[in-house]
Amino acid sequence: MMKNEAALSVQDLRVVRGGREVLHGVTFEVPRSSVIGLLGPSGCGKTTLMRALVGVQIVASGTVTVLGEPAGSPGLRRRVGYSTQKPAVYTDLSVSENLRYFAAVLGAPRSDVARVTDEVGLGRHRDQVAATLSGGQLNRLNLAVALLGSPELLVLDEPTVGLDPVLRQELWELFHELAARGVTLVVSSHVMDEAGRTDRLLLMREGSILADGSPESLRARTGATDLEDAFLRVITETTASPS
Amino acid sequence: MSLTITLATARRILAQLRHDHRTLGLLVGVPSLLMILLRYVFDTPGMFDRIGPLLLGLFPFVIMFVVASVGTLRERTGGTLERLMTTPLGKLDLLLGYALAFGLVACAQIAVVLTISLTWLGLDLAGSIGSLVLVSVLGALLGMALGLLASAFARTEFQAVQFMPAFVLPQVLLCGLITPRDRMAGWLEAISNVMPLSYAVDAMQRVSREATFSGGLARDVLIITGCVLLALVLGAATLRRRTP
Repeated sequence: MMKNEAALSVQDLRVVRGGREVLHGVTFEVPRSSVIGLLGPSGCGKTTLMRALVGVQIVASGTVTVLGEPAGSPGLRRRVGYSTQKPAVYTDLSVSENLRYFAAVLGAPRSDVARVTDEVGLGRHRDQVAATLSGGQLNRLNLAVALLGSPELLVLDEPTVGLDPVLRQELWELFHELAARGVTLVVSSHVMDEAGRTDRLLLMREGSILADGSPESLRARTGATDLEDAFLRVITETTASPS
Repeated sequence: MSLTITLATARRILAQLRHDHRTLGLLVGVPSLLMILLRYVFDTPGMFDRIGPLLLGLFPFVIMFVVASVGTLRERTGGTLERLMTTPLGKLDLLLGYALAFGLVACAQIAVVLTISLTWLGLDLAGSIGSLVLVSVLGALLGMALGLLASAFARTEFQAVQFMPAFVLPQVLLCGLITPRDRMAGWLEAISNVMPLSYAVDAMQRVSREATFSGGLARDVLIITGCVLLALVLGAATLRRRTP
């Protein structure tokens, strides 16, 4: 396997949902071992793009190449971890039972259950039935499932929603630790203050990518001090320029 | 397909049921209660001996249909199916896991109903208990497999529950329970010939009347097994890795 090949390569991706085009020819490439932020308001197509990356979205045209293979290839099913925005776990099972099941499906070692439980800070709740967890805890269980095995790409849809600042800080540290170990992470958020924690930002709006670069370069380009401002300026630039 | 994943899936479904005591109680208790009611509604031993075994095949069929269709629908709407579709889990792994888990539950269900029927209710069988158990478990598996298939056509729990009367009641009307199949109008008999439940009921009738494992019973058992496998394969075909 080529070490320097891109983790993700998306070419002119178009997706139609419910008779409406929701992604209008999205193109980008992402190197390995980095944390990519997918930022944009609710409804801008972040989730659809992420579903296309993990290969569960029917696409109208364009190509999505993940770790050198077409998205959704059987060979990728152990190498890509995915957590949806709405927790997709069995609410009638305990934290450990959920993780044990998904570990068995992924062929991950049993010791992974304890490891990911600690990584998301659910150690004290391991025997609790998921239905009785708080929203934030359920989100963390959802994230823990994605961390099972040793995925090379993690696609995380709003993993930090509803978490207290300390926990959010810890999770972002974990994301960077994973990236340092060679994992590529695509993390979506609609909260601008999270954008600064990424290595690279993709700003999305209405099914298109408006800006693509590091948080610093984005600030420098727009002359804004905070990213919320930068985002606004990018939007004004793109809507003002004749297209 | 992977045996490890199939077994893990069956274990997971059983664990879900273990957490849900009420469902477990209903699964085992309801058919028993219905048999007891039936015994005292007919109140003549001869009549109960004739009808009892037929319903012994029918109750697990109906209950498994409902439980399986709602169970898989929950998997579809809860997002866990989509998550599983991004993993190495094969579609048949999932369905066979369901078949295995619900098959075991059906065995427990039938063991209880049968014990009550043969002792307290004094059910008199011509055939062997072994064939009765075989046919009842196959009936339960048939209900489960059709339930899994039906759930693919339901978007909501409301629809899934409606499928019970839609899929099951026509089969109950035509399976020979109410009127013997050979006395129906020709077109009705033709329909009943292609309905899997007809063979389950026919097999039960043979077990209650015939002392030996006849060729006709063997044919019924083969047809039911074939229908279970066909429904599972069709069910697998309705699971999609990619969705709109």
